[in-house]
Amino acid sequence: MLSTESLEKIDREIAKYPVEQKQSAVMSALAIAQTEKGWLANETMDFVAEYLGMQPIAVYEVATFYNMYNLEPVGKYKLTVCTNLPCALSGGNEAAAYLKQKLGIGFNQTTSDGQFTLQEGECMGACGDSPVLLVNNTRMCSFMSNEMIDEMLEELRK
Amino acid sequence: MKEYPLTLLNGVDSSNPDNWRLRSYEAREGYAALKKILSKRITPEEIIEEVKKSALRGRGGAGFPTGLKWSFMPKNYDGDKYIVCNSDEGEPGTFKDRDIMHFNPHLLIEGMIIAAYAMGVKAGYNYIHGEIWATYERMEEAVDEARAAGYLGDNILGSSFSFNLYNHHGYGAYICGEETALLESIEGKKGQPRFKPPFPANYGLYGKPTTINNTETFASVPWLIRNGGEAYLNLGKPNNGGTKIFSVSGHVNKPGNYEIPMGTPFAELLELAGGMRGGRKLKGCIPGGSSMPVLPGDIMMEADMDYDSIAKAGSMLGSGAVIIMDDTTCMVRALERLAYFYFEESCGQCTPCREGTGWLYRIVNRIEHGKGRPEDLDLLDNIADNIQGRTICALGDAAAMPVRAMIQHFRDEFTYHIEHKKCMV
Repeated sequence: MLSTESLEKIDREIAKYPVEQKQSAVMSALAIAQTEKGWLANETMDFVAEYLGMQPIAVYEVATFYNMYNLEPVGKYKLTVCTNLPCALSGGNEAAAYLKQKLGIGFNQTTSDGQFTLQEGECMGACGDSPVLLVNNTRMCSFMSNEMIDEMLEELRK
Repeated sequence: MKEYPLTLLNGVDSSNPDNWRLRSYEAREGYAALKKILSKRITPEEIIEEVKKSALRGRGGAGFPTGLKWSFMPKNYDGDKYIVCNSDEGEPGTFKDRDIMHFNPHLLIEGMIIAAYAMGVKAGYNYIHGEIWATYERMEEAVDEARAAGYLGDNILGSSFSFNLYNHHGYGAYICGEETALLESIEGKKGQPRFKPPFPANYGLYGKPTTINNTETFASVPWLIRNGGEAYLNLGKPNNGGTKIFSVSGHVNKPGNYEIPMGTPFAELLELAGGMRGGRKLKGCIPGGSSMPVLPGDIMMEADMDYDSIAKAGSMLGSGAVIIMDDTTCMVRALERLAYFYFEESCGQCTPCREGTGWLYRIVNRIEHGKGRPEDLDLLDNIADNIQGRTICALGDAAAMPVRAMIQHFRDEFTYHIEHKKCMV
């Protein structure tokens, strides 16, 4: 259900916790599963539950509580823009508006070619670098002027 | 520009890609505090005394005296105890812990090792904010370096003391910055805060005695051990020891992190951050992260940056996140965005917060969009009253306090919005 590579990563996470506390690895296991599959289908979560010896409902609870998990399919690149107050004071909303215009979509929508999903994010802890956006939960892009956004989109489209 | 003493970012050069590594850290007195403790056989009690003397207070937001917190951990306890670092830095305006971990990760690791020694703890977790993946990866690498060099693991530097440290990566939930929600999250559950008591020192991670400190708090420890608690205290002012990193964001020329001694005038911090953008006037400032009450510019310009001075001015130092707003800022719109944040991040466990944050947001939203009613300001106050102090954790207070302070200090602006259906800015 998950690749050997993903399972090895999950095993490394499990080793961080006491042997009887495998459940502690559920957040990273779901993140690793999501990186491989793109999103968390029920059968993926069920697999994680079985792998960690948890009830499936306990895994669904975690997946639905933390907002970086994708509970439905997203584009190849999920772009999350921070519009919280400190970012809003320094161009966060303008960056979001520019992305909407460039991609022709609103928040929580995916471009018809399946390349990009746009999301509004909450504080990423990088308020001094505003406008800030996150690509696929892992790559943070700072000081995103319109020119920088153009460059980023061009690079990702390649 | 004036030179300030540094205890956290001393010798840190973010432009040098290898500056964060173990060898560079050792070259700037890194791990000297740990070596001093182990070679001179300084006792755990002596360390806690030194931390008490330093007047180091929790840098995550509450400002609780660190030495006192450490002394709450049960001694002669048979079984596992834990320390946990709260690096789930999600309070809007705050971005200091990311820079400590990214540019000086071994400082945090050394601080945690010393804390573990002082409290007789063998394992610790560092819970890292979900959105900063690159920093998590760096912390993983730094922990590997420290382990390979014998600073972490069994019999550290040949002593009888053993300590293991692990990084735990969050995945996007503001509430996990609340210490008991964070513990639930490490246990692999929804991050919903626990009722206190019992406090974590008695019933913490996996039900074991646990002490949770903020990243910057742990990172403050090596300097104060090397130089003594009194020297640390003297950098700041009584009851507010040491230096602190302030994250300055919003309408300034040079947003960023600035480390200054406790008690430094706000006006100096503003100057360090390049002054107001476009030379405009300071209208308001949130001095301690989005959960803290806003202060009008003129009050802020007279205040000093320490726990007691900011409390006297009518707000709280919180995490030291300084959000600067100039006279082009619409306070209704600013509050609307903050109200939305708390609505979005309420964990849903307590009714006053789950329902109340939504009510607060919807009312501010209608005022902002020209649909406000004359009774709305009293209604907002009333709802805030019914949230504050009536929930398990402080998220309810965090949602209520900005609303009350905004209306208290900028009431005219809210009234104008309601009466004229538009903004006065």
